[in-house]
Amino acid sequence: MSDARGVITAVETAETLENPYTLSHLDALESEAVHIFREVAGEFERPVLLFSGGKDSIVMLHLALKAFRPAPVPFTLLHVDTGHNFPEVIEYRDRTVEAHGLRLVVASVQEYIDGGRLRERPDGTRNPLQTVPLLEAIENGRFDAVFGGGRRDEEKARAKERVFSLRDEFGAWDPRRQRPELWQLYNGRHAPGEHVRVFPLSNWTELDVWQYILRERIELPEIYFAHEREVFSRNGMWLAPGEWGGPKEGEAVERRMVRYRTVGDMSCTGAVESSAATVPEVITEVAASRLTERGATRADDKMSEAAMEDRKREGYF
Amino acid sequence: MSANTTVDLQQVSATSLLRFATAGSVDDGKSTLVGRLLHDSKSVLTDQLEAVEHASRSRGQDAPDLALLTDGLRAEREQGITIDVAYRYFATARRRFILADTPGHVQYTRNMVTGASTAELAVVLVDARNGVVEQTRRHAAVAALLRVPHVVLAVNKMDLVDWSEPVFAAIAEEFTAYAASLGVPDVTSIPISALAGDNVVEPSANMDWYGGPTLLEHLETIPVGSDPSDEAARLPVQYVIRPQTEQFRDYRGYAGQIASGVLRVGEPVTVLPSGHTSTIAGIDLLGEPVDVAWAPQSVAVRLADDIDIARGDLIAPTAQAPAAVKDVEATVCHLNERELRVGDRVLLKHTTRTVKAIVKDITHRLDIDTLDKQERPGSLKVNDIGRVVLRTAEPLALDAYAVSRRTGSFLLIDAADGTTLTAGLVGEAFSGGAAHGM
Repeated sequence: MSDARGVITAVETAETLENPYTLSHLDALESEAVHIFREVAGEFERPVLLFSGGKDSIVMLHLALKAFRPAPVPFTLLHVDTGHNFPEVIEYRDRTVEAHGLRLVVASVQEYIDGGRLRERPDGTRNPLQTVPLLEAIENGRFDAVFGGGRRDEEKARAKERVFSLRDEFGAWDPRRQRPELWQLYNGRHAPGEHVRVFPLSNWTELDVWQYILRERIELPEIYFAHEREVFSRNGMWLAPGEWGGPKEGEAVERRMVRYRTVGDMSCTGAVESSAATVPEVITEVAASRLTERGATRADDKMSEAAMEDRKREGYF
Repeated sequence: MSANTTVDLQQVSATSLLRFATAGSVDDGKSTLVGRLLHDSKSVLTDQLEAVEHASRSRGQDAPDLALLTDGLRAEREQGITIDVAYRYFATARRRFILADTPGHVQYTRNMVTGASTAELAVVLVDARNGVVEQTRRHAAVAALLRVPHVVLAVNKMDLVDWSEPVFAAIAEEFTAYAASLGVPDVTSIPISALAGDNVVEPSANMDWYGGPTLLEHLETIPVGSDPSDEAARLPVQYVIRPQTEQFRDYRGYAGQIASGVLRVGEPVTVLPSGHTSTIAGIDLLGEPVDVAWAPQSVAVRLADDIDIARGDLIAPTAQAPAAVKDVEATVCHLNERELRVGDRVLLKHTTRTVKAIVKDITHRLDIDTLDKQERPGSLKVNDIGRVVLRTAEPLALDAYAVSRRTGSFLLIDAADGTTLTAGLVGEAFSGGAAHGM
C-alpha cells in the first residue's frame, strides 16, 4: 500500500513544481464537496447525513468531519436499515458513530414489515422498500436537507441530478422542476414540508472515491476486499445465501474468492470475483473493470431502462 | 483495454481536472462525438453499451445509438431529444474530465449557459457541409458571454466534404474572426469525423494536411485554471466554525472556499461590507495549519482581532478590497418561464450573501443570434439575454464578471417560492468589438 501512495504523492509533487498554485483532481473534488457541506450548514436548519456504512457514505462522513474541524459535525446521521445487512457493515457503522461522538437515527424497514405497514416483495428485494421509512424519518426529524452519497457517474438518470435536488412533500423528484445550477451558486430555498437532497459527491467517480480512500487512509468494512464466502449465482451475479430467498432450487452454493463493489441490501447486492485484498489492488481492478459498479452488482437497477428514474420520482435517493 | 490488462497506478492517478462543455445539436453529430470520446477513451463500460444496444434494437435501429448513452430521462428517450444538461465523467492517463453535455436547440439557451458557467473550455460543433450557421454564432456568443477561457471549434463530418482542407480553413477562419470580435481569447479549430473517429482520439489518416492535435490531445494538454497569483484574493464567508470545546475555547474560524487569488498569514485584510480591518492570524486547510492558501481551496481563516463576521461577509486583502455597492448593472440570462419585469422584487444571491433587490430597469434585450439590441423591452422571457439595472437593500462586494466569474456572478430568486429566475453577470457582456459591445 505504501508503494501506491508513494506513486500518487510523486505525481502530485511533479505537477506542483510547475505551478505552485495548482490542485490535484482529488484536492479539487475535496474542496468542492467541503464547500457544499458548509453551504448546507450555513443555510439549513436541520441537515441530516444518510449513512449506510457503504464506501460513498463513509467518504461523505470523512469530508464532513474535515469541513468543520476542529468543531464536531453539526448534523445527525440517518441509516435506512433494510434488515438484510452485512454484519461487518453494521459493526463498522456503530464503531464509527461511537468514535466520532455522532448521533445516529435508524429507520428500520423490518419494523415497517413487522407492523404491517410495508409488505415484502415477491422477489425478496428490500431496496425499493426503503423509500417510505426514509420519507417518514425525514418528516419526523423535520430534516430540511438530506445529504446522500449519490454520484452522477453511477447511472444515467443520476447524470442529470443537481447537487441541490428539490423534493416535494412526497419526496418526489420531478426532473422538469429542477432548478438550473450555475457556477457554485446553490439555491436551497424550499417551502415548508419540502426538503432538499444534497449530493456532495456528484462529480466523483468510483475511481476517485477509491483514490481518495487510499490517499486519506480511510478504513472500510472488510467486505470491500477479497475474502472467501459462500455464494450462489443468479442473473450473472454472486449473491450470498440467507433467509431472504436464496439459494432457490437449482442454484448451487459454492465457496469463492469475492469482494463487494457496493454495499446495499444483501438480497440484491452481488459480489464480484476478486483477489483484490488492498486498496491499491482494488484501484487497479476498478480501473480495468469493463462493468459499472451498479451493472455488476445491483439486481434492482437491472429491472428496467428507467428503474432508477422511477424510484427517484417516488422519493428514493 | 481487456479485463486482464494490468493498470499502472500512476496511470489512474491522473492529477488535474478539466471541466468542459459541448454545444451543438444531434444534426451536427454531437451525441456521436460525445459517444466517440467516451467510447474511444474506454469510458463506456460493457453493461452500458449492452443497454444501449438493447434499447436501439427495441426501437428498430440497426446500430447502437450512442445518443442513448447521454439521454438519461424517460421523456428524452421517448422523444429523442435532450432536455437537460447531462454530466459525463471520463479519465485518461493525463487528466480527469467533467463534461457538461448541453442541448443546442434555441429554446435551451439556459442549458448552455448552465453548462458553460463552470466550464474552462467549450467545444462548439459544426457540420462541415453547412459551415458557420446561426446556431454556431449563438454558441460562440454564449461561450463569450460566460467568459469560457478556451473555445474549440470542431468541424465535423469532414468525410462528407472529401476531407477538404480549404473547406475546413474557410470555416475555421470565419468562426475565429467572429469569436475574436466577441472577445473569446483562445480558439482552436480541429477537423474531425466523429462517426469514423478521425482526429477525435486517434489522428486521422485521411487528413495528413492537418498537423494539430486531436480533440482529446487538446483537451488533455490545455492549461487548466487561472493563475491565482494574478488575481485579487476573495474569501466569501460560508460558515463560522466555533467549537466551544475545552481545547478550542477561543477558536473562531471563518470557513469558505477561496473564490480567487492567494491568502497569506500576516496579511492585512478588510471585511466587507462592514469595512472592519484585521490581519490573518492563521489559515486552516481542513484542519491543517498552512501559511498560504489559494483558489479554489476550502479553508478556515482566523483573524487577529475579535470582530463581528457572519455568513455572507467577504474577506479580502485590504490593498485589493472591492467597493460595496447597492446599484448593480449586469447582463442576465433569464432562466424561467415566468417573465422578469421592471419593478419586480426579487432575492439576489451573490456568493454566500442573499439580499432583497428591485429590478429598476431593463435597458435592452439582446438577440443572441444576430447580436441586435431591442431597447427597453419591458420584460425578459425565458432564454432571453438582456441588460438590467438592479438596486439592492444591502450593499454587495461585487467584482466585474470579466475579472472574476465567481464573485462577479449572481442569481435572482423568486422570494415567494424560491424558484431560480435569472443568472446574472456583473458588468459588460462582451469584451470584444465595438460593434457587438453590450
